[in-house]
Amino acid sequence: MCLLLLKKGAEAYLHKEIWYSKHIIRKQRIKKDYRVSELDWTLRVDRTVREANLLRNAKIAGVPTPTVYEIDKRETTLVMEFIEGQRIKEILDELNAEARETLSRQIGTLIGRLHKNNMIHGDLTTSNMILTETGKIYLIDFGLGYNSASIEDKAVDLHLMKRALESTHYRVTEEVFSKILVGYQEEVGSSPMKEIYDRMESIRKRGRYLRVSQKGELTHVISGNQQYR
Amino acid sequence: MLCIGLEGTAHTLGIGVIDSNGKIYANVRSEYVPKSGGIHPREAAQHHTNVFASTLRETLKNSNLSKRDIGLIAFSRGPGLGPCLRVTATAARTIALLLDIPLVGVNHCIAHIELGRQISGFKDPLAVYVSGGNTIVSAYEADKYRIFGETLDIALGNMLDTFAREANISHPGGPKIEKIAKNSSRRFIWLPYSVKGMDLSFSGLLTAAVNRLKENESLEDLCFSLQEISFAMLTEVTERALAHTEKSEVLLTGGVAANKRLQDMIRIVSNEHDANFFAVSPDLAGDNGVMIAWTGLVQFLQGDVLSITNSQVLPKWSLGAAEFTRT
Repeated sequence: MCLLLLKKGAEAYLHKEIWYSKHIIRKQRIKKDYRVSELDWTLRVDRTVREANLLRNAKIAGVPTPTVYEIDKRETTLVMEFIEGQRIKEILDELNAEARETLSRQIGTLIGRLHKNNMIHGDLTTSNMILTETGKIYLIDFGLGYNSASIEDKAVDLHLMKRALESTHYRVTEEVFSKILVGYQEEVGSSPMKEIYDRMESIRKRGRYLRVSQKGELTHVISGNQQYR
Repeated sequence: MLCIGLEGTAHTLGIGVIDSNGKIYANVRSEYVPKSGGIHPREAAQHHTNVFASTLRETLKNSNLSKRDIGLIAFSRGPGLGPCLRVTATAARTIALLLDIPLVGVNHCIAHIELGRQISGFKDPLAVYVSGGNTIVSAYEADKYRIFGETLDIALGNMLDTFAREANISHPGGPKIEKIAKNSSRRFIWLPYSVKGMDLSFSGLLTAAVNRLKENESLEDLCFSLQEISFAMLTEVTERALAHTEKSEVLLTGGVAANKRLQDMIRIVSNEHDANFFAVSPDLAGDNGVMIAWTGLVQFLQGDVLSITNSQVLPKWSLGAAEFTRT
């Protein structure tokens, strides 16, 4: 059996293996010595099971995800399909503007599709998106995901997407995010979109996310009643 | 060159003096302790006003300097409570005019990290800055400290202090909780664990903990569990930022950095990722004037000076918005 440690992530080891003649990823959530054992065990089991469920439900909803072949609760391990492709993180900055626009819109569509089906990814970053040769985008790593119909949760999810762009793709953040919103709106419809978008803006305004330049100008658009001295 | 720094973003008025080699001449702090409840901005500002002159005198006395030796003044321009910031800024402007020395405005969060970097000797750390007002995991990239993770609602220190108040634990809440937790039977009580992507949320955890307290749950076990859960949340985000940025240094600073259990947890993940770990000592990790003086000096040497007329305070000047050229 071919066994290759693909990635030693923060919470799991990813092994690439051949499993019944299929290319698979064995994702094992590992024990963390910094946290007490009760907390550690529960978090690992919960996330393993939740991830398996969300991967399956997302696929049913039309969001490409790896197929889950096996769940091992005792080992807090998932066996799932290996997706051949490139991480969006690696290619987003390098693409030409047109290709980046198309890709961003597609990403928006997928997020919109999850949200329309009341699924929250919980960790939307470009590291968790894989572009295959056929141009399909797969979403992976649902370990922090959950089911929710709440506007707040969807808005936080989108907000985190923007935050991830700001820290990793700061040169193209605005351009990419605006296209993500276009694809997102097409999927969820304009009325839910408005509600979610407004909430996202209000999350950004909860004190910590205002962008004020050194000259004292507000660079982030805020509504009129925000006090600024 | 000697720089005097004024810190006054929240409960602490701090005045410190440092020179361009990083030698600290004085670090004097006066903390406003509310009679009840949390910080009242106006009362905190009044406190800073009342103690300013004596704190300044003590600073000069401790440093064995005369005011003529000071070549530069820096002040905390934001983020923070408006009334407190304005008191400090007014004092800074007055001193700048009286002594005829240049004025520099400093971002409070950058100051915490930059002084920590100076003391630790770290070149390019992942910074974990956690206090009563901020909970931020950040790293420097292209002219800014980029925020990887932060709280979506209240700061970790604020959460601990508020819980302490609800439990009638006297000031300072955080250190008392740490002490009480040590007497716990280590019985783990489940409270909401809330990591959202790289961000954190502590308000639900606080509410749940307070509710359990009202149900007469053991205070020791609650303090223990509250620390375990909130610190594990922060450590998880730190570890993920570490895996993502692949930094080889981790700097822990801010008032909550004094907590030994938190230090242990962050040290463990640092070791796992082969990164060096440093926790800033409490007198320089909590709010202080030295960090403002040091960062002001760095900025001044790059030609960053404020005119009095453009020196208005910036209460919402977040770390992610502040441009800063690191040396």
